Amino acid sequence: MAANKGPRNATPIKQRPKTERPRRVVGAQTAHTSLKDRFISWRQHHRDSFRDALQRLNAARASSAMTILVIAIALALPAGLAVLLDNARAITRGWDGNAHLSVFLDMETSEPRQRELAAQWQQFEHIERTEIITRQQALAEFKALSGFGDVLEALPDNPLPPLIVVFPDSTDPVTLRALENRLAEQDGVDLVQLDVEWVRRLHSLIELGERLISALTLALAAAVILVVVNTIRLGIESRREEIVVVKIVGGTDGFVRRPFLYTGFCFGFAGGITAVILVQVALWWLGGPIDELLTLYNSDDSLTSMALSSLIALPVFSGILGLLGAWLAVGRHLGDIEPNF
Amino acid sequence: MIQFDRVSKRYPNGKDALSKVSFTLPAGQLTFLTGHSGAGKSTLLKLIMMIERPTQGQLFMDGQNLNGFGNRHIPLLRRKIGMVHQNHQLLFDRSVFDNVALPLIIAGYARADIGKRVRAALDKVGLLDKERLNPIMLSGGEQQRVGIARAVVNKPPLLLADEPTGNLDPALSEEIMDLFHDFARVGVAVLIATHDLSLIARYNHRLLTLREGRLIHDGDEGGTHGG
Repeated sequence: MAANKGPRNATPIKQRPKTERPRRVVGAQTAHTSLKDRFISWRQHHRDSFRDALQRLNAARASSAMTILVIAIALALPAGLAVLLDNARAITRGWDGNAHLSVFLDMETSEPRQRELAAQWQQFEHIERTEIITRQQALAEFKALSGFGDVLEALPDNPLPPLIVVFPDSTDPVTLRALENRLAEQDGVDLVQLDVEWVRRLHSLIELGERLISALTLALAAAVILVVVNTIRLGIESRREEIVVVKIVGGTDGFVRRPFLYTGFCFGFAGGITAVILVQVALWWLGGPIDELLTLYNSDDSLTSMALSSLIALPVFSGILGLLGAWLAVGRHLGDIEPNF
Repeated sequence: MIQFDRVSKRYPNGKDALSKVSFTLPAGQLTFLTGHSGAGKSTLLKLIMMIERPTQGQLFMDGQNLNGFGNRHIPLLRRKIGMVHQNHQLLFDRSVFDNVALPLIIAGYARADIGKRVRAALDKVGLLDKERLNPIMLSGGEQQRVGIARAVVNKPPLLLADEPTGNLDPALSEEIMDLFHDFARVGVAVLIATHDLSLIARYNHRLLTLREGRLIHDGDEGGTHGG
C-alpha cells in the first residue's frame, strides 16, 4: 500500500519537464479574482463536491449500497470480535482477584512461627495480605467440606500441614512466578502452589485473540481501501470527459480530485455506520444466549455493547480509510487522463 | 501574445513533430494554422496549452517563458487560453449554463458574477434563450457556439480553435468566423487550426502552414500550399 502513496503518482510523467529549467514565479498576476472571492469559491466548491458526491451515491443506489455493505461487513467482523473480547476481558478481571498462592509449611512448624512468617511476608513486594490457616483450622475446614470427617477421626494424627495463603497485589504471570520462587526459598516452606494456571491460559488466549483481531483489522482495513480504490477508479473512468474538460479550462488537480475524495469519504463513513448497526444487531441477537452462559459461570456481568467512543470512532476511522482509498485511486488514475486533440 | 522561438518537439517514439518553428502571434490578430494531418498542428496547439513541452527552443506567452512554468502553474496558464474544439467537448450531464459557467467556477468567481458573465457570453453567441437546455438538444452549430461561449466566458487574451468549422456547413461556418473576428477586434489573439482551404481562401488573414513539422509559409493567404 505504502508504495502507492509516494509523490511518484502526483505528477504524470508526461508533464514533467525534460530538463532542469529556470523557475519563475507566476501566479497572482494571472488571476482576475480577489483572494476573498477565491476563498468563498473554494469553500463553495467543497460544499458542491460534497453534495455532488452524495447525489452520485444516491443516483447509483444499488451499486453504492453494495459497496457500502462490503465495507460494513469487512469492518463489522473485527469490531464485533473486539466487543466480544472486551466482554471476555471484563469477566476474567473479576476472576483475577481470586488468584492466590498456597504456601504449605513444614509439618513441625509451630503456630507462633507460622504467625511470624505470615507477618514477615506481608512486607514483601507484591504481597497484598497473608492469611494463616493453622493445622487445626485446616482439619476443621477439611472435615466440614470434604465429607471425609470419619476417616480423619480414624487417623492417629492430623495429616494436614500448616498453611499460609498469600494474596498478591498483581496478577501478572511473571510477577506471580517470581513470587512463587521467592516464597519457595523461604525457611520452613515445604511447597508453594500457584493456583492460577487456568487464569494464565485464559490470559494467553485473550492475548492471542487480540493479536488475531489486530491482524484481521489490518487485513480488512486494506480490503476496505481496495474496495474504495476500485469504486473510485470506475468513477474516474466514467467521468473521463468531464475531467478532460475541467483540465482544459484550467482546473487544478485539487479541483478535479475533490469530488472523488468526498465520494471516498462518504463510502467509508456510510460503511462505518452500517458496520456499527451490524455489530449492534449481532450483539442483540447473541445477547440472550451469552447472558445465560455468563450466569452459568457465576458472573454478574451481562453482555456489554460497543462503547460510545467506538460508535463514533468506527465511522470516522472508516471514513478515513475511504478517503485514503480515494486518494490512492485519484493519484494513480487522474494523471492518466490528459486532454488530447 | 504568443512567441515561438525555434521550438522543436520530438516525441519519445523518435518522431519529430515540430522542427525549429518560430513565429509570433500578436494580440488582436486572427491567424490560420494549416497543414496536412500529421504536419504538427495538434502538437503546436498542445505546446501552447502545455499538454506537451518543447524538446528544444523557447515558448513565450505574454513575455513569460513557458519553459520556466512548473506543472502546478499549468492550470493558471490555461485560464488565459480559450480553447474551441471540433467535437465541442461539452458535458451532457448539465445545462448549457453550467457548461459555460465551468471555467468561472474553476477560476473562483463569485456566484453573482458568474451569472452575469455566463449570460453575457451566451448573449454574444446568440444562445441566451437556451441556457436551461441540455446541450444534447442543440444543433451542431449551436453546440459549437456553446463551446465558444465557454472558451471566451472569462475573457482570455488568447483563443485557440481546433477545426472549429469541421462539421458545419458554409453558412454556419461563416457565423462562427464572424464571432472570431469580433474577438480579434477587441484584442484577443485568435489562432484557428483548420484543413478547410475554402474557409482560409474566403478571408485574407495571416496563414501559417506546417509541413512535416516545419513552418513552410508565414504570411498572407495568397500564393500558398498546393493542397
